[in-house]
Amino acid sequence: MAGDNQTVSEYIVHHLTNLTYGRLPQGFERYDGSLVPDGGSWVMAHGAEEISAMGFYAIHIDSMLWSVGLGIFFCWFFYRMACLVSEDSPSGPINFVEMVVEFIDNTVKDTFHGKNRLIAPLALTIFVWVFLMNLMDLVPVDLIPYALGLAGVEYQKIVPSTDPNITMGMAVGVFILMLFYSIKVKGFGFVKELTMNPFNHPLFIPVNLFMEVVGLLAKPFSLGLRLFGNMYAGEMIFILIAALFSAGIMWVLPAALLQFGWAIFHILVITLQAFIFMVLTVVYLSMAHEDH
Amino acid sequence: MNINLTLFGQMIAFVCFVVFCMRFVWPPIIAAMADREKKIADGLAAADRANDDLAAAKETVAQELQQAKVDAAGIVDAANKRASQILDEAKEAALSEAGRLKEGAMTEIEQERQRTKEQLRGELSALTMQGARKVLGAEINQNSHERLIEELVENW
Repeated sequence: MAGDNQTVSEYIVHHLTNLTYGRLPQGFERYDGSLVPDGGSWVMAHGAEEISAMGFYAIHIDSMLWSVGLGIFFCWFFYRMACLVSEDSPSGPINFVEMVVEFIDNTVKDTFHGKNRLIAPLALTIFVWVFLMNLMDLVPVDLIPYALGLAGVEYQKIVPSTDPNITMGMAVGVFILMLFYSIKVKGFGFVKELTMNPFNHPLFIPVNLFMEVVGLLAKPFSLGLRLFGNMYAGEMIFILIAALFSAGIMWVLPAALLQFGWAIFHILVITLQAFIFMVLTVVYLSMAHEDH
Repeated sequence: MNINLTLFGQMIAFVCFVVFCMRFVWPPIIAAMADREKKIADGLAAADRANDDLAAAKETVAQELQQAKVDAAGIVDAANKRASQILDEAKEAALSEAGRLKEGAMTEIEQERQRTKEQLRGELSALTMQGARKVLGAEINQNSHERLIEELVENW
């Protein structure tokens, strides 16, 4: 809920600001009026101006911690289950893990027809990890930021997939794999694919190259930004509904109902987005393996 | 909304988690599931085989039972036949024994009769001679009349 001395827009901006650690350029006037010494300095950002002044040399502590933490949770949980799993009848959480693994395995087998030991574990990691990151969206928006705020942490954005760095980081990882397998599988054929399609004539090589490169680059961008956009919008609506609580006592009930309804709807969205990210990764890598 | 070092941090984390998953998570789970699949398939196949075996065994039992019934019926028939045969033989033996005994008795009776007849004949001839001697009082040549009397007795 918005603080007493906060406007709604301040409240929203606060919720959309990452806890950032970065290098401020020298001579920058900080929030308390002090000047950054020569050579710049690595500090916790305080406010949006400082974050934008840091530019590229900054890291979102909250996104990284939540994302890596959830990734470690995924690895720990699945590794524990992998140690427990046996050919005897499974039970409890092993069932769940096996169900997920089998679901991923079937999806990958449907889409990807080559032999590659990486694709299926990659798909499993992406699906579960992205799902877990999206799941943080269902935690009430004020709960953790407010609690950490009391502990002195100024900003906290707990849904890593609402950070374009996170989604694009994964998309770029997938893109590198796409390039790697394209070159590994097709070799020179990959160059031919980029230059001789769709117009198979030497004169059209520049046109073809432009079109194909744009098409190729569009893949990681669409992959990363789709997830980011969906989650960012979902989070934004949660924040807006939360801001509604501060509009007056008669808004509490409608806001609670809206919050509840949107959360239920969002269960679908987060699962679907995780699934889409996983399937598109498999599809792209499958395309990288196919020789035309 | 700014792109910064977080991008590379996430890429590194991504690679680490994928590698971990590929080495330690995916293979054991998939292997265990494949093993279980195989175990279940084997179990089902074994159950099918056992069913087939059971059906075959039932059929064998039925056949043997049938065979045993046929055998038993044959044995009973043979026994019956043998029994009646023995009975017949005994009857025959008894009949022939009876016949033999009867014959023996008849022979004996006949012999007895003959002997009695001889005896009577002798006695009668002697009696006749005696009577005639007495009646005639004369000397009768016993030797000349003996043949007559013999003849008489013979035709008596």
